[in-house]
Amino acid sequence: MDKKTKGLLIDPLFNNNPIALQVLGICSALAVTTKLETALVMSIGLTVVTAFSNLAISLIRNYIPNSIRIIVQLTVIASLVIITDQILKAYVFEISKQLSVFVGLIITNCIVMGRAEAYAMANPPIPSFLDGIGNGLGYSMVLMSIGFVRELFGSGKLFGIEIFQTFNDGGWYITNGLMLMPPSAFFLIGCMIWIIRVRKPEQQEKE
Amino acid sequence: MASNSTGYTIGFATAVCVLCGIGVASANVALKDLQDVNKVLDQQKQVLLVAGLIQPGEQVSAEQVADLFQKNIRAEVIDLKSGQRAQGVKAAGFDQNRQSKDVATSREAPDNMAKVMRLPNNALVYHVVKGDKTDTLIVPIQGYGLWSMLYGYLAIADDANTVKGITYYQHAETPGLGGEVDNPNWKKRWIGRKIYDDKGEPAIKVIKGRAGDDPKTDPYQVDGLSGATITSNGVSNTMKFWFGPDGFQPFLKRFKTSPKPPPAEGGK
Repeated sequence: MDKKTKGLLIDPLFNNNPIALQVLGICSALAVTTKLETALVMSIGLTVVTAFSNLAISLIRNYIPNSIRIIVQLTVIASLVIITDQILKAYVFEISKQLSVFVGLIITNCIVMGRAEAYAMANPPIPSFLDGIGNGLGYSMVLMSIGFVRELFGSGKLFGIEIFQTFNDGGWYITNGLMLMPPSAFFLIGCMIWIIRVRKPEQQEKE
Repeated sequence: MASNSTGYTIGFATAVCVLCGIGVASANVALKDLQDVNKVLDQQKQVLLVAGLIQPGEQVSAEQVADLFQKNIRAEVIDLKSGQRAQGVKAAGFDQNRQSKDVATSREAPDNMAKVMRLPNNALVYHVVKGDKTDTLIVPIQGYGLWSMLYGYLAIADDANTVKGITYYQHAETPGLGGEVDNPNWKKRWIGRKIYDDKGEPAIKVIKGRAGDDPKTDPYQVDGLSGATITSNGVSNTMKFWFGPDGFQPFLKRFKTSPKPPPAEGGK
């Protein structure tokens, strides 16, 4: 893998993370991270959609009339999301039931459109595809970390497997209800952005 | 290179729409069968769960579910108002939730605390049969909690009064609080409680705090979910509505006088 390709994939993890630096796609990060399982499926879904929408839009980028480019991007993304949703319903029904409306909401996830508009419109298909995967991975990383903390402290489990025996089940661990509420994801993402920006001062915004 | 003439723009938009449309439509057509199978299977699984024929968390294959269902469960479509068996309606493929949405097959529900808007004319209930007798009745319930409508099933013993199990298969209550309706320990607390009091009125409810351990001395109360008063009240309201005169009371009364399971339907 040459340096540029590697950069496309690795950069969005820390240096240019879509959630932590670009602060995109927060909404779903709040909604699906109470459990790692749903967070994982959502991450895969978003990565696939971003990659393929970037690819498709990059392929037709030179033909898209400028006046309707946003709506064309949206049409492509929406179609891909519907197809993803259909596939989830057919093959992982249980999980798709839990994700319910949020898969559909990938359409409105700013990361997908943001990358299409900012990268795929100006770059050839292969790098665009990789950029999509990279940003998807960046999003996944944040989602999985938040999901890890929320599920562990909120319900004492990881991937549904008991780690701390909870008080409700006769154990010692009294679950932290806040972790299961959407605001906790805000606090956690805030802390995460803080840590990343302390370690990488170049990400701090100038006053 | 992109031209910005109106004709080109319209042509391009049309082409994109047609292509995307084809993509979405073919995915839908290609996956429809699998999805339908999943839906039916999921419903059957929920029924088996509340009947206690499979345990929560148990790994069961699609064939096992279908087989257990075929052997033990008989579905019956009833007329909700009279409680009698609905004539000429097949249970296979009957979708109660869809029926409740259709104006032709439902009516407006009277004002109720469970926030059920429409009542279907017909409802789908299940009999768990042992030999030639109904051992357990399973009826669908739904009611509003804090955030969402909770859909579930209640299993009732053949006295048409004693609860044998409860399960919710769809809801969006807060995990850890209202979401504890899925907690197996809470569900266990329902077993043995009675739905109707001596006068035949629905009496079962979820209280604040802990109910008596022995259903014999504390027959009409179930433990509340701590931190989830509104969900708990929602469950109480659900019971009051669905076992009242607009819900399954007529059916349960009819069942008491003629406790016969429906004949097995041929095939699927």
